[in-house]
Amino acid sequence: MTVEARVVRFESLALDSGATLSPVDIAYESYGELNESKSNAILVLHAFSGDAHAAGISAETGKPGWWDNMIGPGKAFDTNRYCVICSNVLGGCRGTTGPSSIRPDTAQPYAMSFPVITIRDMVRLQKMLIDHLGIRRLLAVTGGSMGGMQALEWALSYPEMVASVIPIATTARHSAQQIAFNEVGRQAIMADPDWKEGNYYGSNPPARGLAVARMIGHITYMSDDSMREKFGRRLRGKENFGFGFDVDFEVESYLRYRGSEFVNRFDANSYLYITKAMDYFDLTNGQGSLSSVFARAKARFLVISFTSDWLYPSYQSQEIVRALRAWNLDVAYCELPSNYGHDAFLVDVGEQTDLIRGFLARTYDKAEAAA
Amino acid sequence: MSSAQAQPAAGTRRPFVRELLGRSDYAIISEIVEPGTRVLDLGCGEGELLQWLAENKGVDARGVEISGLKVQRAIARGVSVYQGDIDEGLADYPDDAFDYVILSQTLQETHRPLKVLREMLRVGKRAIVAFPNFAHWSVRLSMLRTGQAPRTKLFPYEWYESPNIHFLTVVDFERLAQKEKLIIERCYFLSGNRRVTVMPNLLAEVAVYLVRK
Repeated sequence: MTVEARVVRFESLALDSGATLSPVDIAYESYGELNESKSNAILVLHAFSGDAHAAGISAETGKPGWWDNMIGPGKAFDTNRYCVICSNVLGGCRGTTGPSSIRPDTAQPYAMSFPVITIRDMVRLQKMLIDHLGIRRLLAVTGGSMGGMQALEWALSYPEMVASVIPIATTARHSAQQIAFNEVGRQAIMADPDWKEGNYYGSNPPARGLAVARMIGHITYMSDDSMREKFGRRLRGKENFGFGFDVDFEVESYLRYRGSEFVNRFDANSYLYITKAMDYFDLTNGQGSLSSVFARAKARFLVISFTSDWLYPSYQSQEIVRALRAWNLDVAYCELPSNYGHDAFLVDVGEQTDLIRGFLARTYDKAEAAA
Repeated sequence: MSSAQAQPAAGTRRPFVRELLGRSDYAIISEIVEPGTRVLDLGCGEGELLQWLAENKGVDARGVEISGLKVQRAIARGVSVYQGDIDEGLADYPDDAFDYVILSQTLQETHRPLKVLREMLRVGKRAIVAFPNFAHWSVRLSMLRTGQAPRTKLFPYEWYESPNIHFLTVVDFERLAQKEKLIIERCYFLSGNRRVTVMPNLLAEVAVYLVRK
């Protein structure tokens, strides 16, 4: 199935920071058909480095979507039954307005004049897209990692518009450790002389800094076990140590490959802005108690975490579940066994599929019965 | 103390539940639960009872289960179950969140049964408690004959492998209910699939109580 991204332009978007973006584009793809009453729409929200291309084969790149194993006919998000929509986040670099977009008043890229954005800003723009598509209520909002943060934000910002929420491998607020890893990534980019205070468009991008940032990211997405299984201490294309600083180990080669590949598809300034949005994310707005914030939530929830995910550990999901229970909301929770670390939500899809399929079917039946 | 009289069997669904779930206590519970109510099942396994209650009685069904694999299967069948420990898992719920809180054949496995019972009646208006009766004649006989921790159909485990850590009997439960000033609204005694009407402490393998504060 070949898919193409579409772009919708809105006049302006008011941001949490007080700034206004005008105009603002949002790129999205969709899979499956909306039914007549538009009651079968599912909004899928991508993680930090994802984009609108969640499923099918991209007409532009020829590549499968980042959640192609979960979205499609007969899959967890069954496109024979549901219409799945995925958009690129605000601040991104894959069709939605971000720091690499052209600023209308200067005809130059925004670069660091792009306003600082939040997860709530991303969700506000998604809401404009959903309104534009004429969908009054989403059957589900879902995503892993940063996608899960957006899903939670949806449940609180637009409680009437979501029948169910599936936050996966995520948190209600970024922890010190999560902020710390993001900050190291940002510092790597900003320490690269090619970054030039963000004004590198039209010249060499800060490829070395961005690659290092991505290498750190990939370490946090894996687990000790999965790295041992995948690489161990194996050497790369040699029998003995090279006694130098070229690649010796498989794991070094992998990280370098991942780093340099990322540079070709991701904008370094988007890295700065999106990681900052994650770091600002705190559903309690600094008030501390998570249970009070879910008072206005109305959706059913399916919360999923993974045993080996140390970047978004299960305790963060359990904190969400406990807060939902305090309001006696309909919540299912499961910690799935996996060795893949944080990456599990993208690669370990067998058990996730069973859970999500059952949960969605029940949600759909309930919503139809209520309608 | 409450009457040991069994209620007359009613409802056409009972044999169906028994066939489907193969557990006589489930059949009783499915009779007790009123349609359209909110139900929390503690130690709900794979959610078979909850699914049945949701589909046949339109209840708002929730469950708690410690085994991850069972939780997965329950969620896959569309039941809202969360993975957690009964002994500590109820604290987050507000008072009177449910019409019924069910604890089926699990009280004897909890670390602090009295605390669990009190919590059930805090978060629920009524509690349905089903437990294996440790005073059943087969248990008594087994112990008398062998001088060892009893091993019967109901208590099949070696003492060092048993999940049962707090053994109780029909008399024990009723004494506790009296001490806690609980009102026993209904009680049922079962031996296999048959109702027991006399000498429940000796003849009942399983007892099911509906209690409230």
